[in-house]
Amino acid sequence: MKRLNQLNKRFWGGIVLALIVYAVIQILLTTGIFDDVTRSTLFLICINIMLAVSLNLINGITGQFSIGHAGFMSVGAYVSAILTLNFDVPFIPALIIAGIVAALCGILIGIPTLRLNGDYLAIATLGFGEIIRIVMLNTEYVGGASGLSGIPSKSTWTIMFVFTLITIVIITNFIRSSHGRACIAIRENEIAAEAMGINTTLYKVIAFSLGALFAGMAGGLSAHTFYVINPGSFNFLKSFEILVMVVLGGLGSTAGSVVGAIVLTVLFTALQDFPEVRMILYSAILILMMIFRPKGLLGSTGISLKKFAKKEATKRDSISSESAS
Amino acid sequence: MLSVQGINVFYGAIHALKDLSITVNEGEIVTLIGANGAGKSTLLKTLSGLLKPKTGSVDFLGKPIAGQSVQAIVKQGLIHCPEGRRVFANMSVEENLELGAYLQNSGSLAADFEMVYKTFPRLLERKKQLAGTLSGGEQQMLAMGRALMGHPKLLLLDEPSMGLAPLLVQDIFRIIQEVNAAGTTVLLVEQNAHQALKIAHRAYVLETGRVVLEGDAKELADSEDIKSAYLGGH
Repeated sequence: MKRLNQLNKRFWGGIVLALIVYAVIQILLTTGIFDDVTRSTLFLICINIMLAVSLNLINGITGQFSIGHAGFMSVGAYVSAILTLNFDVPFIPALIIAGIVAALCGILIGIPTLRLNGDYLAIATLGFGEIIRIVMLNTEYVGGASGLSGIPSKSTWTIMFVFTLITIVIITNFIRSSHGRACIAIRENEIAAEAMGINTTLYKVIAFSLGALFAGMAGGLSAHTFYVINPGSFNFLKSFEILVMVVLGGLGSTAGSVVGAIVLTVLFTALQDFPEVRMILYSAILILMMIFRPKGLLGSTGISLKKFAKKEATKRDSISSESAS
Repeated sequence: MLSVQGINVFYGAIHALKDLSITVNEGEIVTLIGANGAGKSTLLKTLSGLLKPKTGSVDFLGKPIAGQSVQAIVKQGLIHCPEGRRVFANMSVEENLELGAYLQNSGSLAADFEMVYKTFPRLLERKKQLAGTLSGGEQQMLAMGRALMGHPKLLLLDEPSMGLAPLLVQDIFRIIQEVNAAGTTVLLVEQNAHQALKIAHRAYVLETGRVVLEGDAKELADSEDIKSAYLGGH
């Protein structure tokens, strides 16, 4: 019971913190202190947080190594863009439908591929991402190689913020529920999880489709932020970019994914002024981070303040040294 | 309680269990002994539903369970404690035990914890510790405790003494007897034939997927064949 209260306190603390961030940025935007470039960076951060948090559910929590996240993102982007362009569907319903279609793709892809493990699953999901891209590339209806343009720019800071918050809240609650425990058990030891009576296939598919749902919504948001989408923007490099955010933040940690998404997006935007050395610096920073913080920026603890994570880490260290002695 | 009739199990083209039949009666400890590759673990995996038999029948509490999903079989009270401990390393002892009660919604969680902690006092001392940082013996206790959380009517134990210090092996076997005395039927797979035959009521000897000997555990322990083949006697 005490633990539950603590969790609740942390939950509402997080919500209050988020609302403060929202209000401050809203003020900065309306007063014009944040210019358009900063604004689009902010939007990109939100989209990347949604992608990273949802991929973390699949890779970090359930332990299913998937690198096809850009595929789900592109499904969401195209579905929502076509709905608003050709069918005059309002923006929010279009986003939700986009998420649902992506989730259905997640189920469809998940059922056959989630029997695979490790490297094999990674290759299968990579293949799926590429298949989606090539289908888009060769479909005249969605513009082929040139993609879709003139997508109405309907995303506002409020919509961005609300969708990002919903993603984090739903996924965090899922992880803390008994279903989330089942997913973690699958990551920790699939055979033991199955022997405990956990339906491993079901939970893998649930995690996969839930991740796809939010990736689809993120794709829809990105289409309506940057006006243009084309198959090239959803290639496997995009999938890797999201994966890097998750790993950098700390595989299995939602807070880590959020931090990873923010850090990498800011870094990438800042380095745009130095196009010649951009990729070199980017790679060097990644290598350094992985050397000095191999478990990611926040390790693998759950959503928490950095201080809390540190306390936990020292506690763990003392325990392991105790048992070693 | 458990009746296995003429099952054949394959790993791809490999014929792992050949026309194998065993029975386990309520309240017994039955042990399966045999060399590496004899099919002991395969048999346990087939019973718990992790593998499906190609032919033959498996009846548990009078109902056929062959071909059912693992979840359905666990729900009926047949719980498998797999080989090599397989604890959830990055979860605490308490969380591991909680997952053992995953399919239980009887609301008896507190009583179940108490029962497990009474059987394994070491786990109570370590309940907040990450399972991966436990010693081998403690991990084995945790794996068994986790299985007990699911209220097994029949508990399948796969090599619980593997890789443990002799003193701990004694402990584990004593606990198996206690668990059995408290009303759980046990099917025990062991390499440590000497110890297993000591605590079991009946035993089956497996060789390359077939039962080659069966009978009273005490008699088997005294038989010259067993002594020379499995107990290292002369």
